[in-house]
Amino acid sequence: MAKYLLKRILYMILTLFVVATATFFLMKLMPGSPYANEAKMTPTQLKIMNEQYGLNKPVWLQYLIYIGGMLHGNFGTSFQYSNQPVSSLIASRLGASCQLGLQALILGVVLGVIIGAIAAMRQGTWVDSTATVFAIIGKSVPNFVLAVLLQYYIGLKLGWFPIAGWGQFSETILPTIALAVGPLAETARFIRTSMVDTLSSDYIELGKAKGLSRIEVIRKHAMRNSVIPLVTLIGPYAVALMTGSMVIENIFNIPGIGEQFVKSILTNDYPTIMGITMVYCIGLVIVLLITDIVYGLIDPRIRLAGNED
Amino acid sequence: MPKRILDVKNLKIDFHTYAGEVKAIRNVSFHLNEGETLAIVGESGSGKSVTTRSIIGLLARNAQIMGGEIDFHGKNLLDISEKEWQKIRGNEIAMIFQDPMTSLDPTMKIGQQIAEPLIKHKGASKKEAWAKALEMMKAVGIPNAEERINEYPHQFSGGMRQRIVIAIALICEPEILLADEPTTALDVTVQAEILDLMKSLQKRVKTSIIFITHDLGVVAGMADRVAVMYAGEFMEYGTVDEIFYNPQHPYTWGLINSMPTLESNTLESIPGTPPDLLDPPKGDPFAPRNKYAMKIDVQRKPPFFKVSDTHYAATWLLAPGAPKVEPPLEIQRRWKKFKLMQEQDKVEQN
Repeated sequence: MAKYLLKRILYMILTLFVVATATFFLMKLMPGSPYANEAKMTPTQLKIMNEQYGLNKPVWLQYLIYIGGMLHGNFGTSFQYSNQPVSSLIASRLGASCQLGLQALILGVVLGVIIGAIAAMRQGTWVDSTATVFAIIGKSVPNFVLAVLLQYYIGLKLGWFPIAGWGQFSETILPTIALAVGPLAETARFIRTSMVDTLSSDYIELGKAKGLSRIEVIRKHAMRNSVIPLVTLIGPYAVALMTGSMVIENIFNIPGIGEQFVKSILTNDYPTIMGITMVYCIGLVIVLLITDIVYGLIDPRIRLAGNED
Repeated sequence: MPKRILDVKNLKIDFHTYAGEVKAIRNVSFHLNEGETLAIVGESGSGKSVTTRSIIGLLARNAQIMGGEIDFHGKNLLDISEKEWQKIRGNEIAMIFQDPMTSLDPTMKIGQQIAEPLIKHKGASKKEAWAKALEMMKAVGIPNAEERINEYPHQFSGGMRQRIVIAIALICEPEILLADEPTTALDVTVQAEILDLMKSLQKRVKTSIIFITHDLGVVAGMADRVAVMYAGEFMEYGTVDEIFYNPQHPYTWGLINSMPTLESNTLESIPGTPPDLLDPPKGDPFAPRNKYAMKIDVQRKPPFFKVSDTHYAATWLLAPGAPKVEPPLEIQRRWKKFKLMQEQDKVEQN
């Protein structure tokens, strides 16, 4: 296990390095400069500014400096908010995104598993068809459309929850629902398929032949085996949700990292773009590692494969 | 007179399909004696699995029981509630399935899977149940049982997994064990081991077995009595010697004749395919494939004619006044052997 973990961590570092390199050079290919009013600046001013931000050096040198800084945990200073280190900028915004994402993930996955399992148990009945129709709608309606509908009907017409803002828990409810519907629909569909598959397997039949009741068979044998494939799905979902949804954060005026990411790209705020990309990437590789470990915990067959590795 | 433990009377089961009602089981009656092994043989789709599944109440959702009775300890199993079924399944009647590779829960420890019925039915504590599970693992011949009890199914071979499935089925010492082609998915050497194991455990646990197979070779070594099934009906039943050496139904002839022997140069087969059970034939369902068929076979269903106290066959060939036909050579050879066997028995009795 230790050997496996060590190997995985080395791969993770390699992945991060590749992503950092690719993003750095791609970013430099973007047109424009970080300065808002470049046209009005004199060449001297431009030169001074470039020197201040280190943009006068050749790109490869900038790259080496950046990687060097990153290795020391220094992600540079934001261009947009002068003197504010990127790391503290991200830290101040990550919390909101994480909270929102986590809430949406839990809501979506838990409800999705329950609805999917019920649909599978009532396979072929109206319950199943209704769940399927809602899953398809939930999956195909973009979350920003849903967000606006929620704001209008539940926020404005019914007045149950605040339309936008950040600070109180009640303000997180509408964006959480808007974000959760996609994963909920996907999870429900996924669990339904997986559960139907599991329920038709021989060991479920053997469970019944042992004298277990329907509920016992599902609880003891079907659930665990149906949830295994879901673990793969949840990993990337978790990262995507927790690192923020740019559109949803914009609609609900939430000071999250997604919103910051869009701003930094629009203003060519190089260090911030790099910083957020790296946060995304670190989140993803860590979640993938956790996914694989959790996979092994639920499914003994994979545990063995990991050991043999 | 041996004690009857299970009595199936006039069982009729239909399957609802988009094409219509498939009459899968058509008036099947048989009984199971205490401690014996009854083999039900027949080709795929003849209804052997459906018959056994009705005995443990695990029919597919589109199956419907159209009539009959399954008498077990004075209860009609076709009438009891799901709650009552749960007390019987795995406890008084247990089942072994065909494919050991998929019969076990891949994410649950072997020990837990074997212990499960005991915890459910006998109210055993986890510790007691695991101790008994370990004992069962040893009884079914799993080496290093103390260590392997904590392993998972994928760490066992097919033969070992079938041993575990047998351990699960027998842990509550059921009165009836239903074995649905338990060795079909195994290779031949492992097959023989599993059959031996089942025989020795049957004596120890004192269980009666209904053994389903399409392999007559397995039947010969395993069964006390044999029932031959075709198109949802029984064609012939009798003791294993009676079926193997004195078969009377042309379908049984066909089955025995298509078993390869050391002398046979060609592989015999029964021409044609079984009838469509959406619209079952009026007469003997085997008639269209039967070269000995008479006009009456197509018109009227033959009743069971008695050959001996234990041997019955549903063929008009046994009716009084029916023409004498020449069965295949292999059958004639067996008939001669059967006569010799009977004479020997008489000599021994005197």
